[in-house]
Amino acid sequence: MRVYLPRDAAAKALGAEAVAEALLAEAARRGVALELIRTGTRGMIWLEPLAEVEIDGVRHGVGPMTPGDVPALFEGAAAHPKALGPVEALDWMKRQTRLTFARCGLIDPLSLADYEAHGGLAGLRRALGMTPAQIVEEVTESGLRGRGGAGFPTGIKWTTVLKAEAPQKYIVCNADEGDSGTFADRMLMEGDPFTLIEGMTIAGLGVGATKGYVYLRSEYPDAIEVMEAAVRLARDAGVLGADVLGSGRAFDMEIRVGAGAYVCGEETSLLNSLEGRRGIVRAKPPLPAIEGLFGRPTVVNNVISLATVPVIFEKGARFYADFGLGRSKGTIPLQIAGNVARGGLFETAFGMPLGRIVEEIAGGTASGRPVKAVQVGGPLGAYMHPAQFDTPFGYEEFDGQGGLIGHAGLVVFDDSADMLEMARFAMEFCAVESCGKCTPCRIGAVRGVETLDRVRQGDAAALGLLEDLCETMSAGSLCALGGFTPYPVMSALRHFPEEFGMAREAAE
Amino acid sequence: MALDTAANPRLARLEAILDAHEGREGPLLPILHDVQAAFGCVPAEVIPRIADRLNLTRAEVHGVVSFYHDFRDEPAGRVVVKLCRSEACKATGADALAAAAEARCGVAMGETAADGAVTLEPVYCLGLCACGPAAMVGDTLVGRLDADRLDAMLKERGL
Repeated sequence: MRVYLPRDAAAKALGAEAVAEALLAEAARRGVALELIRTGTRGMIWLEPLAEVEIDGVRHGVGPMTPGDVPALFEGAAAHPKALGPVEALDWMKRQTRLTFARCGLIDPLSLADYEAHGGLAGLRRALGMTPAQIVEEVTESGLRGRGGAGFPTGIKWTTVLKAEAPQKYIVCNADEGDSGTFADRMLMEGDPFTLIEGMTIAGLGVGATKGYVYLRSEYPDAIEVMEAAVRLARDAGVLGADVLGSGRAFDMEIRVGAGAYVCGEETSLLNSLEGRRGIVRAKPPLPAIEGLFGRPTVVNNVISLATVPVIFEKGARFYADFGLGRSKGTIPLQIAGNVARGGLFETAFGMPLGRIVEEIAGGTASGRPVKAVQVGGPLGAYMHPAQFDTPFGYEEFDGQGGLIGHAGLVVFDDSADMLEMARFAMEFCAVESCGKCTPCRIGAVRGVETLDRVRQGDAAALGLLEDLCETMSAGSLCALGGFTPYPVMSALRHFPEEFGMAREAAE
Repeated sequence: MALDTAANPRLARLEAILDAHEGREGPLLPILHDVQAAFGCVPAEVIPRIADRLNLTRAEVHGVVSFYHDFRDEPAGRVVVKLCRSEACKATGADALAAAAEARCGVAMGETAADGAVTLEPVYCLGLCACGPAAMVGDTLVGRLDADRLDAMLKERGL
């Protein structure tokens, strides 16, 4: 009997380890030969722990599992009270276009053989037959934009590093996924780590970098463990090292663990942290592509950007670019979180309207109450009002609505949310996490908390001050922490003025 | 700087950590993580030696230690409870849970109990945003946490 069960942190947080123990104990009790394969998650977090039992080569889902549900699994998965049918046929799976996450949840994350059997390393093998300029051109042609939030064209960044001359260049993967509501990086690193390794290797070949670092946040112990093991396995198998897949070209990488500073998700602060300094933001220019890690030309890309590179090389730039909407090409892994009936990761081509994601895919709120607001793009993203639900999911489209897509996390709130409190929290978070280098962020956030407290006490005059302060922060901050904190604050004020003691007309 | 490592086993252990990172690029954070894993915190007495070995000033090393939330100058309680306070968990009741946890543990967020039994800390996102409120109790991640479950988990840990 072959059973698949996720080892993903979210599955574990919902009891996967107890289910795994119960499966092994029950198999021993019955004298059944059980092959238990621990995978990543498919992304249907509301069904976790989701066991999958292979019947005639088809994986049937049963979940959410508890240890008490285990004995019945041995009586036949199809007849189990929690049987869901073939996993690939579930609506949530069928409606997706899984390119970056194609293998996540499917394979044993630490089996290189499994990885190759499902298309892994095909992209790297193709890249090894190309010149650096051709590799960079392929990425440019795919239209891939930075998935970390900024949406900067990846090919342009790579071109700059390729053209820079230096004795050493670096590939740095930003895995400091600190935004609330986002977990795509974690899920990918835990469920399909070789994809990231392959993507970074292709990046190295493309720009002429021989060394890579993954800066991984300390809040992700499972991802750290899986990535470290995967790097060792890749090195042992000759995927990494002095002679990548026998090509004579070198690329190796290391995992570095962060230390709990949100601002280190900002690329220049991350570089300082990697160098062993305080995670203080650097002024740009110089761009990291010219003077990055240890002053050398450096590609800094998010996990999802780099993990999407292998499929672009496997299937071709044109194939990837044919998905999407306008200048938002390809697919985006939506992370649906907060107060939702069906939370999880849903990868789809750009362009799906926000309302469809929230109502159809996520099934509305978990509490059953009406949706009040959706914060898109993490703690620095705007609160979107249900009146904006027809906004298609794309970089420019969200920008046009006074928002941003960021790392594509969506946090849904029901009508019990206190929007003044959420605005205050945004300022408070900025004050706690500010690196301290620039005044608008360091001082502005503290003043923002105080000003919102005055608003709470009914001081209407404080609102003008708040708007001025937000303008100063957005225009004067060095990086997105201070610069984007006004997004949640001002969007909460704009959409819910009555909660700030204002009449609606006055706000509009 | 000459050090009497024989008289102080902690310093001997520090030397072993520093040796293990010899020659690495940007070794300070990995060193500090190892120091904290070994000693439960980054004690003030290790800073001069780390500075010396890395050719940094004490102020620079202290600056790094104090910048990052992870590094402690005193050991944490026997059980560390990290509650996520971010937006996705707030949308599912993290604020009420935090208040219940403070009452249950008898400490305010960010503090350690006087008897050293428990430390209660905020954390800004564990990546468990689709199953909030999320927490880490000791080494165990937990999703959809409520006050009853937290109480049971603390009891399992003798609290």
